Amino acid sequence: MAKITFDGIEVEVPDGTTILNAARTIGGSIVPPAMCYYTPLKGSGGKCRACLVRVAAGSAKDPRPMPKLVASCVTPVQDGMVVENTTSEQVLNVRKGIVEMLLINHPLDCPVCDQAGECDLQNFAFEHGVSTTRYEEERRTFEKIDIGPLIQLHMTRCILCYRCVYTADQLTEKRVHGVLGRGDAAEIGTYIENIIDNEFSGNVIDVCPVGALTDKTFRFKQRVWFTKPVNAHRQCENPKCCGKVVLWYKGKDVLRVTARKDQYGEVKEWICNTCRFDKKETADWTLEGPAHIDRSSVISANHYELPVLNASVVADLPESSMRDLEQNPPMRLGN
Amino acid sequence: MGRKLLTEHINVEGIDTIEVYRKHGGYRSVEKAIKTMTPDEVVEEVKKSGLRGRGGAGFPTGMKWSFLAKPEGVPRYLVCNADESEPGTFKDRQLMSKLPHLLIEGMITSSYALGANTSYIYIRGELLYVLRILEKAIAEAYAAGFLGKNILGSGYDLDLYVHPGGGAYICGEETALLESLEGKRGNPRNKPPFPAVQGLYARPTVVNNVESIAAVPVIVNDGGDEYAKIGIGRSTGTKLISACGHLNKPGIYEIELGVPVEEFIYSDEYCGGIWKGRDLKAVVAGGSSVPILPKELILKTAAGEPRLMTYESLSDGGFVTGTMLGSGGFIAMDETTCIVRNTWNFSRFYHHESCGQCSPCREGTGWLEKILHRIEHGHGTERDIDVLASVAKQIEGNTICPLGEAAAWPVSAAIRHFRDEFEWHIRHPQEATRPGAVYPGKAVLA
Repeated sequence: MAKITFDGIEVEVPDGTTILNAARTIGGSIVPPAMCYYTPLKGSGGKCRACLVRVAAGSAKDPRPMPKLVASCVTPVQDGMVVENTTSEQVLNVRKGIVEMLLINHPLDCPVCDQAGECDLQNFAFEHGVSTTRYEEERRTFEKIDIGPLIQLHMTRCILCYRCVYTADQLTEKRVHGVLGRGDAAEIGTYIENIIDNEFSGNVIDVCPVGALTDKTFRFKQRVWFTKPVNAHRQCENPKCCGKVVLWYKGKDVLRVTARKDQYGEVKEWICNTCRFDKKETADWTLEGPAHIDRSSVISANHYELPVLNASVVADLPESSMRDLEQNPPMRLGN
Repeated sequence: MGRKLLTEHINVEGIDTIEVYRKHGGYRSVEKAIKTMTPDEVVEEVKKSGLRGRGGAGFPTGMKWSFLAKPEGVPRYLVCNADESEPGTFKDRQLMSKLPHLLIEGMITSSYALGANTSYIYIRGELLYVLRILEKAIAEAYAAGFLGKNILGSGYDLDLYVHPGGGAYICGEETALLESLEGKRGNPRNKPPFPAVQGLYARPTVVNNVESIAAVPVIVNDGGDEYAKIGIGRSTGTKLISACGHLNKPGIYEIELGVPVEEFIYSDEYCGGIWKGRDLKAVVAGGSSVPILPKELILKTAAGEPRLMTYESLSDGGFVTGTMLGSGGFIAMDETTCIVRNTWNFSRFYHHESCGQCSPCREGTGWLEKILHRIEHGHGTERDIDVLASVAKQIEGNTICPLGEAAAWPVSAAIRHFRDEFEWHIRHPQEATRPGAVYPGKAVLA
């Protein structure tokens, strides 16, 4: 075990834990933002530089500060390490710079983007960015590329986090897409305009932190904050699929099916394309109850759980969720 | 005349063949190391020599070797970084094409010291002719029993391969090089883990520059202490300097570390002064990635001491008034050089070569280049200089690998030392963009 001090708070974590995950054991707003790191994806992290922190003391053995800021998502803790995140002016300034860099080529088309409301970059920019940019040059744009009937690739919005590449690499056997080109000409693409077609391809939509990869069966049907997320499951025939999902309701219609995510927006277990794209009837699923969305700003801000509560759903809720609902009653729409 | 340790026999006819090379004392270090020394003793000699990495970073080679993890039953690798491609740096290709056996001898001796049974020379893809020279020399070394199984009857085995890269500057960064060698896209890895613990194929690996490895035979033959007597302070031995730009005698010079910069530029033994009798304006001393220095700071330190060709003297004053020895790519610029254009040119290179993996470098290098392009072409605005400096600062230190710094340092240093020239470009766009226009200088402007 290693004892570290993160923004003045002492925490003990197993050896080999990264600084970011150590911060997540504390939780709250001191946790560094992560645009490319994704716990279920091996090898992810270190690229967006959003999670840079200052290590004021390397370890108890060698208490010298680290010369540069380090990416907290890939740097393991050492016993006696002292980390500064929100308490370091330097870190906060650098984070402003990272937001500015990420927004150089990312269009601010949130009003028409399907990811709005669940966009990590939107949240990151809101929390750490400035309202203006100094960038005056021509921005990068791309022609639309058809990568199949289920997923829309909007390369213009891509921030090259590599999450979808790792997902394809680690989850599917028929990987046909990756990063082409280099520098600011790098792009996510398929080799000679292939389509992405395999049973788990839909997961690249869930891991995308921005609106570069969106669900063609859901696009433009509804803003996410007007839908109601409900946890549900089914016995999926695909042995690799967990069958546990979130159904996004508008009235009685299931508009979208996604995998379940934790409070940091990371998929807990992967789902197959059959569950995601073909099972859009309530009858296909066993409903569990309202899904709690912790992180995505506008959804959690308005507590959308309550409107979908009905007697049968409440009866199925586990005891802990019931207690939680009693102690923190969600605000009703129209209150 | 300074002593030549690596290039003493470079002009001997046929020195690229094993017969001639051996007649001039070649492969003595392999025999000495394998027959009379333990691997640890070789490492110890390299430590004593004080040899510092000649690729640019200047990290002590012996210390780097001693960091190599040595778990039982796990292979270790030595990789020679021959992906030389920094603008202004062209020393390794000369060493390899003229003295291929010196590198191979160094590879064998170093591999023995590190306990590596498979070693690689990762060479820049464009250097096909050098690749062929090396392959021929390696075949000769195999035939002579210096490579392969049971070298010189010692029981030590070593296989050596030359691997051409795809021609990307980023593949000269050690972890991107390892990725490329493994057959993947040449993207740098996050550190830790360092290559000494998890390098090629996730095994302990040492990556050394060509010139560093070529110095090992000399160190083993003469002893580390003898090598350490050459040079000044912690800058021991000799260094190849590839001198280019507005010099009377550009070329590759092997210098004893400690030669004054002024002597290197103006003496007939080295560069012979600035061409056409012009005045020196600025120097980039260690390849395009190091900070540029104006004449008054490259010849003398801020304290007025003569600046020497050593790691310490060149970096004296930090980045405020100093620079770096780097890889030894010495670019001299005469009074007619446009610093803005030169900085834009460097930025074009780094923008083109950024791998695009991490956001500050991917977006920042392009941003720098675009602003510099505007200024150079007469479309700069008053706030551009401050934005440039600030963007460079945003990149510096915040990227996965040092390419971010390499792109940022030339820009920040150019602004630091030649801000007037940037301002002149912005305030007098018509004059500044006239073909052949030269900044008239502060005095003239006033």
